[in-house]
Amino acid sequence: MDDMAPARSPETITAREAGLVSCDGCGALAPLGARACERCHAALHSRRPNASQRVWAWLAAGIVCYIPANVYPMLLTNTFGKVQSGTIIGGAIELFEYGAYFVAIVVIVASVVIPVAKFAVIIMLMLGVRYGSRLSAHRRMQLYEATEFIGRWSMIDVFVVAILTALVQLGFIASINPGPAAVCFALSVVFTMLAAQSFDPRSIWDSLEEHQRRVGH
Amino acid sequence: MLTRHPISENLDLLIACRSCDLLLDRVIPAPGKVARCPRCHHTLISNKRNVIDNTLAAAVSTAILMVAAIFFPFISLSEAGLHRDASVLDAINAFSDGWSVPLTVAVAAFIVVIPVTRAAALIYALLPLRLGLKPASGAARSFRMAMALRPWSMAEIFIIGVAVALVKVSDLATVSLGPSFWAFCGLILTVAFENKTLCEWTIWRLLDPRKR
Repeated sequence: MDDMAPARSPETITAREAGLVSCDGCGALAPLGARACERCHAALHSRRPNASQRVWAWLAAGIVCYIPANVYPMLLTNTFGKVQSGTIIGGAIELFEYGAYFVAIVVIVASVVIPVAKFAVIIMLMLGVRYGSRLSAHRRMQLYEATEFIGRWSMIDVFVVAILTALVQLGFIASINPGPAAVCFALSVVFTMLAAQSFDPRSIWDSLEEHQRRVGH
Repeated sequence: MLTRHPISENLDLLIACRSCDLLLDRVIPAPGKVARCPRCHHTLISNKRNVIDNTLAAAVSTAILMVAAIFFPFISLSEAGLHRDASVLDAINAFSDGWSVPLTVAVAAFIVVIPVTRAAALIYALLPLRLGLKPASGAARSFRMAMALRPWSMAEIFIIGVAVALVKVSDLATVSLGPSFWAFCGLILTVAFENKTLCEWTIWRLLDPRKR
């Protein structure tokens, strides 16, 4: 990996070290200390403010909401007067039993694998910034980008519930209604997306430089 | 290739990686090529041809498809003489009972309001540039908003959710798909096209009021 070489070799310099700030809105450079970007009028900050607190707060909210999302039913199915409730996992198992393996896997990946992996990655990134990580900065960067890119896809299950509810309203024969887990799950996805957005990827590289400096002296 | 050590003192000739803050000399890649940060490999500039035209095309098609998606029939279900039509608005309304009302607002935002707002903001920011006029007032703000809203625009995720739901109900009843369903499928393409062709750096340079 290329970051085995000293990260703070004399020929690399960050905008912050050069006394500049790059706008988070548009990427324009301004002198450090300028308050608003002249090009896009966004507030300027060299690093996202209170990133660590925000990430932990959104993440905790996301995890808290994820628990009822799995415990409570996602769907309430009413067939001939009999009400059945299905959780996220239950729905996926049912799909497996139908023989719809591919769809079952899509549901499992979107509603279980991605959210749990996102929690794990964000915790790992935050601990890595604080205490150093065995993973290279480059690998952590890739994990961060993957998390940001993929997180929104967890919303699939909420849309499944929405369309099933809209569609399956055949009176006594069959009707489907959303269970309390749908709201919890949607909140969990939104909070985790906000956690990922609050994380500042620059901190991965900043912490690397700091560790290098501490080891160097 | 970008040099690691920035030489220029002129801010316009420098670029900072938006992902790792590395300061670099700005080297515009050849058309069709991408300049990446040498440290974290984040894309700095992707010099796409016709960025304005392509982004506008994506935004206008999104707007048109969205109108079709809202007003045409979406999906209908029939079983034992019973018939149920569901439009996209019905899907949004699915959560309007009781305490899940806020989810209705969120679903409406994710699948209709935000995609439309983004398309309108992009058209507002870029159309004057396309026509050779100076950018509208607030063009920079609306482009920034369009970029910030990008992760929250979920039309393409919605249609995948619909596909999953259809597998679930296809045993239960006969499903028929309306034009609105296909319009949403088209939205997957416009979103993918926009992701592929939009270079933020290029558009920001064209929108820069300080350059005029």
